Amino acid sequence: MVEATQERRTDYGPPHYEQFLPPVVKKNYGKWKYHEVIKPGVMVHVSETGDKIFTVRAGSARLLSIDKIRMYCDIADKYCGGHLRFTSRHNVEFLTDQEKNIDLLIKDLKAIGHPVGGIGNSISAIVHTQGWVHCHSAATDASGVVKAVMDDLIEYFENMKLPGKLRIALACCLNMCGAVHCSDIAILGIHRRPPKIDHERLPKMCEIPSVSASCPTAAIRPTTVDGKQSVEVIEERCMFCGNCFTVCPAMPLMNPLNDGISLWVGGKVSNARCEPMFSKLAVPYLPNNPPRWPETVAAIRNLVEVWAKNARKYERMGEWIERIGWPKFFKMTGIPFQKEHIDDFKHAGLTYKTSTHLTF
Amino acid sequence: MADKLPKTPQLDELEKGKWPSFVKEIKMAAQRSPMSRDLLGLLEQSYEEKRGHWKHGGIVGVMGYGGGVIGRYTDLPEKYPDIAHFHTMRINQPAGWFYNSDALRKICDIWEKHGSGLTNMHGSTGDIILLGTTTEELEPTFSELQKIDFDLGGSGSDVRTPSCCVGMARCEWACYDTMAACYDFTRSFQDEMHRPAFPYKYKFKFSGCPNDCVASIARADMSIIGTWRDSIQVDKDAVAAYAKSGMDIQADVVDNCPAKCMEWDGKELDIDNSYCRRCMHCINAMPKALRPGKDRGATVLLGSKAPIVEGALLSSVLIPFYKMEPPYQELKDIVERIWDLWSEEGKARERVGEFIQRVGMGNFLEAIEIEPVAEMVAHPRENPYVFYEEYMEEDEGEEESAG
Repeated sequence: MVEATQERRTDYGPPHYEQFLPPVVKKNYGKWKYHEVIKPGVMVHVSETGDKIFTVRAGSARLLSIDKIRMYCDIADKYCGGHLRFTSRHNVEFLTDQEKNIDLLIKDLKAIGHPVGGIGNSISAIVHTQGWVHCHSAATDASGVVKAVMDDLIEYFENMKLPGKLRIALACCLNMCGAVHCSDIAILGIHRRPPKIDHERLPKMCEIPSVSASCPTAAIRPTTVDGKQSVEVIEERCMFCGNCFTVCPAMPLMNPLNDGISLWVGGKVSNARCEPMFSKLAVPYLPNNPPRWPETVAAIRNLVEVWAKNARKYERMGEWIERIGWPKFFKMTGIPFQKEHIDDFKHAGLTYKTSTHLTF
Repeated sequence: MADKLPKTPQLDELEKGKWPSFVKEIKMAAQRSPMSRDLLGLLEQSYEEKRGHWKHGGIVGVMGYGGGVIGRYTDLPEKYPDIAHFHTMRINQPAGWFYNSDALRKICDIWEKHGSGLTNMHGSTGDIILLGTTTEELEPTFSELQKIDFDLGGSGSDVRTPSCCVGMARCEWACYDTMAACYDFTRSFQDEMHRPAFPYKYKFKFSGCPNDCVASIARADMSIIGTWRDSIQVDKDAVAAYAKSGMDIQADVVDNCPAKCMEWDGKELDIDNSYCRRCMHCINAMPKALRPGKDRGATVLLGSKAPIVEGALLSSVLIPFYKMEPPYQELKDIVERIWDLWSEEGKARERVGEFIQRVGMGNFLEAIEIEPVAEMVAHPRENPYVFYEEYMEEDEGEEESAG
């Protein structure tokens, strides 16, 4: 253990943001009047003072080497007085008050492999998690699936031909880090087999009451195995969420043969037109098929295209489905409706159809 | 070192295609970092076997803090010794994720010396993620971060790193200064952020308007979303210009209004603001013509979370309108009252949203001294299972409170 020194600082928080603002932003802070999207990935904000700031937004892998960050810095030095920012969907933005810099920025960003887009009625970057790169509870990879899906949908990132915005998110397990429960299309890693209990290690590593309490369906009971305290899992009550593994390392449930991906649709967070909505289950299971996950890529392309072809202007995935009804959604997308689609968790009855408002 | 990169036929496939490749990023770092080289090997093996190779995090950190570092160990340390430890450090990002090249280069230099050279820009909560270092490098890394003013972010059962939308820096719709509020709250709750003392995590997110560009309503226990109380500002000439430019104002704007509080007679747009729900649609559609009102503040909502354990929740209204003015004391007092109650009564690993579901919103409001208002519910209850707390005594005819 390293001794704390006299000059050690703590509790100072992040640096104040003001020192990082471009001069034109500082000058017009809170005075912006309107904005326009000039072309894919480029917008201009106009201030009450008449000043303008141009934004060029580029896609990024989110997982960045320091070499790439330094390349960003070089570009920022060249065109933006050293300033840059990142967005809440992990894109990188270069802000300049010089209109002539726009195309130079685009050229330099493309030269280092970063497409420009993600503004307006487009598919922006996929908010995602750690996957097999860094997480112990992942049922699928994050970076690989995202790369495969975005390679396939790149045309929708680089232009604005969709009826409305389409947000895609991925979580590698149902901790759902990120925005999976509220996205137009959500990719979620899932398990399909119960945990394997290591009765030898469990009493040493885990707090048994916490393990019982971690289960949403009360499938875990304390028990004695070979004279030692442990737990048992009532298999027919387990729905493979993995929360017991999160609190107890002796209950792994990774299973390469059965782990995979589910797809969810129709969530949103904005309040525009309709209130925020949760994503709902569309495809219960697709196999993990690295490195390109072709089944997942194809299923997502299908969802995007059926929505794009049929939705009205501004209509997000969830709004479109609300309008046409779920039976039509399943018919139009060709996704078979199965037992797994019907909710059977708390208050499931609220999701049943209690009317004759049906389409045939 | 470059010639010693492991063979990665599966990952190589992900260097192709137009979207930026994370494999290229790891390979770039692997030119100089043995950790990143081993990570490549491990990830290739994961792709072959379709399973992860990370063990449960150990408890590692820096002195004086209980959060900010996520311990991680591979389950194949003999095969990949350089990532036997592969811990993550969460670094508190500047509000709005604005940087200059000088600050970023300094972070890169520190990370080149002490870690894998890999990052996430950014984690979902907002932090800069320094991805992969050893236990003995945590203190030296933190020590260098202190010199350049970057502190650790949150992890564990504490206040997590607050984040915010770009707000007034580059948006005409910001109804309060999200970056100032985010910075202020982060500074005010440093102790709660660095030293976990809660039943579970507590997240703040600040959005400047109901478009909610940091998804606060879904991803924060406390969601502070900008709004206004008076009328939408209308520039009539600009509305006419939109109509002239070919926009179908009836179909695109009026018919999409959820409150049906607008009328368009072909010349003038009439808004009955008393019925407007501030959904932002008309303003989004005509940014040059319509703007939020001038009496601005925020709606404060509480309780959103992901599914574990009791199911996912969106935040629900706690304060319909709050004037977001520094030092935000009234709001901070409410936050403290929530924390006192939840820390006392909450179960281990019970988020605020689940706690409210368990004890009942009415009881929760009573305990934190907030009056119930109709804005808090989508609709009143549908079942008759009411806990009546007031009743009359037979003899006295006087009202008693059993509350």
